[in-house]
Amino acid sequence: MSKYLKLSYLAVFVLLLGFSGNLQASNGNGHNHDEEDARHSVEEQDSHQNGEASVNTEEDVYDPTPVVMHHIQDGHGFHVAGDFSVALPVILWTDNGLVTFMSSEFHHDITGHHVVEKKGMRFVNLHEDIYQLNKGAENIKMDASHHPVNASKPLDFSITKNVFTLLLAALILCLIFLTSAKKYKKGNGHKVPKGLASFMEPLVVFVRDDIAKPNIGKKYERYMPLLLTMFFLIWTLNLIGLVPFFPGSANMSGNIAFTFSLAVITLLVTNFSGNKGYWKHILLPPVPKALWIIMIPVEIIGVLTKPFALMIRLFANITAGHIIVLSLISLIFIFKTPAMGLVSVPFALFISVLELLVAALQAYIFTMLTALFIGTAVAEDHH
Amino acid sequence: MDLVTPEIGLIFWTTVTFVILLFLLAKFAWKPILKAVRERESFIEDAISSADKARAEMEQLKSDNEQILRDARAERDGILKDARDMREKMIVEAKGQASTEAAKIVTQAKELIENQKMAAITDLKNQVAGMSIDIAEKIIRKELSDKASQETMVAEQLNDFKLN
Repeated sequence: MSKYLKLSYLAVFVLLLGFSGNLQASNGNGHNHDEEDARHSVEEQDSHQNGEASVNTEEDVYDPTPVVMHHIQDGHGFHVAGDFSVALPVILWTDNGLVTFMSSEFHHDITGHHVVEKKGMRFVNLHEDIYQLNKGAENIKMDASHHPVNASKPLDFSITKNVFTLLLAALILCLIFLTSAKKYKKGNGHKVPKGLASFMEPLVVFVRDDIAKPNIGKKYERYMPLLLTMFFLIWTLNLIGLVPFFPGSANMSGNIAFTFSLAVITLLVTNFSGNKGYWKHILLPPVPKALWIIMIPVEIIGVLTKPFALMIRLFANITAGHIIVLSLISLIFIFKTPAMGLVSVPFALFISVLELLVAALQAYIFTMLTALFIGTAVAEDHH
Repeated sequence: MDLVTPEIGLIFWTTVTFVILLFLLAKFAWKPILKAVRERESFIEDAISSADKARAEMEQLKSDNEQILRDARAERDGILKDARDMREKMIVEAKGQASTEAAKIVTQAKELIENQKMAAITDLKNQVAGMSIDIAEKIIRKELSDKASQETMVAEQLNDFKLN
């Protein structure tokens, strides 16, 4: 029995390896374009902005930092390959109301030179931040540390690369789970459903039996939708982020705004579910009264640090994975020899496989800790 | 876009999307899936417990059957033993009866024989008496004719008589 189990594990592992091998192969290609483009733009930017020779005397020296940073951060427009990008809507809330236009109007310019004029306002894209030029200003001006001096940032509700990815993930989840749910409605009673649903059900049951039940206890059922949605959304976004080409590659689950929003949801749900015992523990901690002056602030800070840790953990783990893969691929350009690919690609492959694990693991940890926090808030009072 | 500064736009879209997704999936996916899973689990639990019950009942039935079989066997043995005893008894009784009957028959036969013997003896006696009378008559007749011969004859007769 256990022999078969081992064999099947091996088979799954080999499959996974093959799969990620394919991914990685395209990863290398995809990023080559990405990086070349980015390099050009970086060089342009240097020569344009500083008006002087770049800091590096050798023009060929390749700096991976802007490339990596460009990749892991959000952007207007989704670069696909070569000069081809998918334009995404830019939605701005300015003093004169809503302004919308397609990101293609910037013509891939992220140096702030291409000015888009709408409703009498001028906008530029400076490193994927949209700035509104002050009245009368024709061009953006920078101070010594590259901060614009004659422009301000309007509220930016654009459908960026990350928002696009988020919507894609939501769509995928809806497709997968609404299709799965349909299989149950056909009323074949107690039979195990076939196909997609049979694949998804163990995952749903995993969230219920290994995340919700042990951490929350009796009242777990109320929080199942939240935990399931969190788990699958994070996991899906993590996996989409690992796909190296359009429509993947966006670092949504490694974006601080995303993890922040989820952490805030955890914070709100935890504290709104808090029962008497939970609040008593925070506001009237079971320590001598003299210590309350220390303990109460500590407990209140603890309420905030728990979701804060969630936010940082997911952000750092996913972003780090992207940075490592990109850095390894960047080695080829730093050493300026394709032979480096023999080293970079196996390493990047290894990291990518590891990231497949991390993708599931971080989704699990985030959901598990959310369940744990809720569990402490709804736990029966033991004092 | 700073790496660690949350963007208001992304926060907005994340929250909106998450809430909508949560609502959609909760209503149309998680609820039916979890309900089906729960129902199936309770169905399986029921099935297992009823199977256990059935098995226990079967065991009970089996042991009952065995008990009945044992009882039946014991009863059969009892009946057989009774029958054997009865047979023995009957044989013994029959034997006894037969021997008494035989004895009775023998006695009756003996009595009959005795009676016959007595009758025969009586008959004989009567005949002898008759013959004696006949002889006496003959003698008396002869004596009337010849004294000597009468005496001889008496003597002879007596001899004969002795022979008898």
